[in-house]
Amino acid sequence: MSSDKIDVRYVAKLARIALTDDEVERFGAQLGDLLEHVQALGELDVAAVPATAQVVESRNVQRADTVRPTLDRETVLAQAPQRQGPFFRVPRIIAEAE
Amino acid sequence: MDETVSATAASIADAVNAKARSAREVTDAMLAHVDAVDDRVGAYLTRLHDLARAQADRVDARVAAGEKLPLAGVPLAVKDNMCLTGTRTTCGSKILEHWVAPYTNTAVARMLDAGAIPIGKTNLDEFAMGSSCENSALGVTRNPYDPGCVPGGSSGGSAAAVAANEAAIGLGSDTGGSIREPAAFCNLVGFKPTYGRISRYGLIAFASSLDQIGPFARTVEDAALAYDAMAGHDPMDSTSIDRAVESTADHLRTDLRGLKVGLVREFDTEGLGGEIDAVYKKAYADLEALGAEIVEVGLPSAKYGLATYYLIAPAECSSNLARFDGVRYGLRVDAADVGAMYEATRAAGFGPEVKRRILIGTYALSSGYYDAYYVRAQKARTLIAQDFRTAFASCDLIACPAASSPAFPFDSKSDPYSMYLMDYYTIPMSLAGLPAVSVPCGWVKASADSSPMPMGLQLTSPIFSERLLLGAAHAYERATNHAALRGPAVGAPA
Amino acid sequence: MTQYEAVIGIECHVELKTQSKMFCGCPNAFGGEPNTQVCPVCLALPGALPVANEAAIAHMIRAGLAFDAEIPAFSKFDRKNYFYPDMPKDYQISQFDMPLTQGGVVKYWLEDGTMKECRLTRIHLEEDTGKSSHAGSGDGRIAGSTHSLVDFNRAGVPLMECVSEPDIRSAKEAVGYLEALKRTFVQLGVSDVKMEEGSLRCDANVSIRPVGQAEYGTKAEIKNMNSFRSVERAIESEIARQIEIVESGGRVIQETRGWDEVHGTTHSMRSKEQAHDYRYFPDPDLVPMEVSRDLVERIRSGMPEVPWKRFERYRAEYRINALQATQLLDDGPLAAYFDAAVAASGNPQQSLNFVLGDLSRLANESGTAVGASKVTPALLAELIGLLEAKTINSKIAKGVIERTWQTGDSPKAIVEREGLAQTTDSAAIEKFVDDVLAANPKVVEEYRGGKVGVAGFLVGAVMKASQGKANPAMVQELVKKKLG
Repeated sequence: MSSDKIDVRYVAKLARIALTDDEVERFGAQLGDLLEHVQALGELDVAAVPATAQVVESRNVQRADTVRPTLDRETVLAQAPQRQGPFFRVPRIIAEAE
Repeated sequence: MDETVSATAASIADAVNAKARSAREVTDAMLAHVDAVDDRVGAYLTRLHDLARAQADRVDARVAAGEKLPLAGVPLAVKDNMCLTGTRTTCGSKILEHWVAPYTNTAVARMLDAGAIPIGKTNLDEFAMGSSCENSALGVTRNPYDPGCVPGGSSGGSAAAVAANEAAIGLGSDTGGSIREPAAFCNLVGFKPTYGRISRYGLIAFASSLDQIGPFARTVEDAALAYDAMAGHDPMDSTSIDRAVESTADHLRTDLRGLKVGLVREFDTEGLGGEIDAVYKKAYADLEALGAEIVEVGLPSAKYGLATYYLIAPAECSSNLARFDGVRYGLRVDAADVGAMYEATRAAGFGPEVKRRILIGTYALSSGYYDAYYVRAQKARTLIAQDFRTAFASCDLIACPAASSPAFPFDSKSDPYSMYLMDYYTIPMSLAGLPAVSVPCGWVKASADSSPMPMGLQLTSPIFSERLLLGAAHAYERATNHAALRGPAVGAPA
Repeated sequence: MTQYEAVIGIECHVELKTQSKMFCGCPNAFGGEPNTQVCPVCLALPGALPVANEAAIAHMIRAGLAFDAEIPAFSKFDRKNYFYPDMPKDYQISQFDMPLTQGGVVKYWLEDGTMKECRLTRIHLEEDTGKSSHAGSGDGRIAGSTHSLVDFNRAGVPLMECVSEPDIRSAKEAVGYLEALKRTFVQLGVSDVKMEEGSLRCDANVSIRPVGQAEYGTKAEIKNMNSFRSVERAIESEIARQIEIVESGGRVIQETRGWDEVHGTTHSMRSKEQAHDYRYFPDPDLVPMEVSRDLVERIRSGMPEVPWKRFERYRAEYRINALQATQLLDDGPLAAYFDAAVAASGNPQQSLNFVLGDLSRLANESGTAVGASKVTPALLAELIGLLEAKTINSKIAKGVIERTWQTGDSPKAIVEREGLAQTTDSAAIEKFVDDVLAANPKVVEEYRGGKVGVAGFLVGAVMKASQGKANPAMVQELVKKKLG
């Protein structure tokens, strides 16, 4: 396993959390500590071991294609931090090639 | 003070069904007790006086109409990560401080349908991340057995509520030990069923593949009644198991004859200190005295549980908590553009532990690290589950500690990793999806001048064997009755 | 001068036609009042969980089978993590390494009937986002906007992403490929494919290379193409742009470019410096899918013949030209009607003439589809039988089919009741001919003077006199004989 130093600023950007310089330093040290502990997994021989994403062994849990009741719009919009008429309003979206 | 508040759920339901007491009387007494003591406990973030009384009246009407309800009039504390229509549901976070749920969690709905009365929503470590309840952004919860100590976490509010007689049943959620550890700290029975047994629909996710709802109670029988009411398939949760549920409350055992109980070689308690070691040695001897055959089993991969868990749970949480973005509900911190708004909102809305876990999880999933961290952890998870399967080939139950120490004083674990270690004994079962219960097993003094604090014995068994597990826990509880030795410092009936 | 060829791959997002959304029971319907088709699941309220729609999964299998794709026995859903205001969970449930269909080939054709093939990489299942409208920029565009308004009605609508291999070599081929996808999905009932409603959206990866060169050039990804016509124009414009760059000694850079419909050019969409890191991982809220061979066969047996197979059949067996075959194929029910008519009549050419001619005209005029009209394939076959037996001629047939369209009466009954059968009675025909020749002495004169072309006029006059019932061949023969 790699023991690369975690690039806290990059990770925080992906996670969309603004960090102060102080936090970058503190979290960087704490996460570095945790990663040290996690290195222990490197001792395991897992080459032939399948990954477990879920412990339930269910398959094909699906619903019939039928319509169910929707939420009342006012109930939904009443919780919006900002609304405009029937819409949720958000600040300017900076164009990016998504 | 009214003795009703310390009555068991079973006895309350019996009295209400027999019309000896009304649900409304039980509820009024409970609300009065909560109003009198909760300022000193801090179990509840929101008290639901109106809702509780309205539900009590509905229960009384149903009983009057001839219905028998398994939890008629039973006061219920609900962890505040479970949605209940019309009530504030905060997750102990600033980001959801004012959010009102427009729908109800399935497990809560089933409890209410069985006659339980929702007294309030209880405090928790923010988004259920923590082992002491100290990570709540919205309040401090104290251990009713020693207000200077934490109640455990993350379901600390529900545990404290039941311990201080502010509810007969508490609902918690357990991801890596968040029911079992606070149960041990608060002298309670805390039960995490098999993953998938109780619907997660309406439980605000921390780590989807690990989260499981379960009850706190003062007796195994009460925990069993609550489990029986909540367990079963829910079409709204794809991971809910569609398989018949065995009832448990009517199958409680009085001995352990014919059962093999495994003690885990790697979980030797000598390192926990003489007093604690003695508590567990005695507990294992009591299991044998009840007729169990004691065998030794190995869980060689269990020591990797913590590392595995602290990759998988944060990875899932980093994605589950993305939706708290200031667009549709919850906190928003304004900014010039939407990206800056996300970053400011999430910076202000999440506390440090939540940020740490989101960051580590984001890292573990990010390009270049996914295989080294996340996939490797998933494979370690497979090994841990296999260990249990192998162990259960030679025993019916496994017994071990629920936590490595009793409740500790506030602010005594400033290093995140030392807090993570609290879940050393509970995480492996979570990773394997097993049912596990913590039962009071004795008292220890942290120091010469401190008061004795409760410890918990953890029993675990193969998936779907809840009947066996709670049955055995009941036999142990009945024979030892450690919980009754002391009452809480706060919240005891007069 | 260097000759260049284009190398094009297309990614298409197609909304699936279902009653409800992909992971919840909200209606999958276009055009509702904003934020009325939402629930805890598709709004990503805290605690809500997804449950997959079985009809959407069946549609994916149908789509895969239509292009002979592999339908793996095991598939799963993954989360694609990125933040965007119209994506409620800030991750999209999608499929990463185990999609429901793998590989496959789209067979399509150009206007002249040339068959082409484009390999598919995969088709995977995901969920659509909501819709943002941008305000403050005057023209509704994101650039220069001051804020955006979000409607989540579309959030969670089932969406399939079809990814092609870079097998397409021209803008015309790209359109042929897209038409084939559209035709197929519509006829399988998998999607309505209404580009104007956004139910099909596509991006094209375009690069050029000198003819004969094996390596690919640097590609640009073209977005914002809102019709097949704009796909064609955008690709043509982008190919020209890239050739110009290379010819003038420059280098094409890898980037995303937006198509500007008004100016007819593509322009660079500056992407933020931050690389995308989607952190795909298996969605722990959903369980894996095991697609049984039994289910695949059940779905296969319920599928109509796919358009490209029909096209090849029509061309090879019935010798129908590419244009007419396409016309039939673009209307699946019409093609099915045609097949039934051919089966009943045994006469593809006459069936085609009626289906694309009189019947299509009547359908247009009345607004009733041919297949839903009173002219059943059996009745059409009966009419064709009357023609083949020369009981009526094509002119009479035109009137009969209109009558059948209106009443549903059988052509035989109409012909009998109204006495429309052709006259082959030579004495009666001779009488008509004699009358016409007697009435047109000047024309007869002209003919005998060597102007043989006027015979046609005389034949027409005889037909008219017989009210169209005289057998035209007999009339022709008799007129010529009498004129000597």
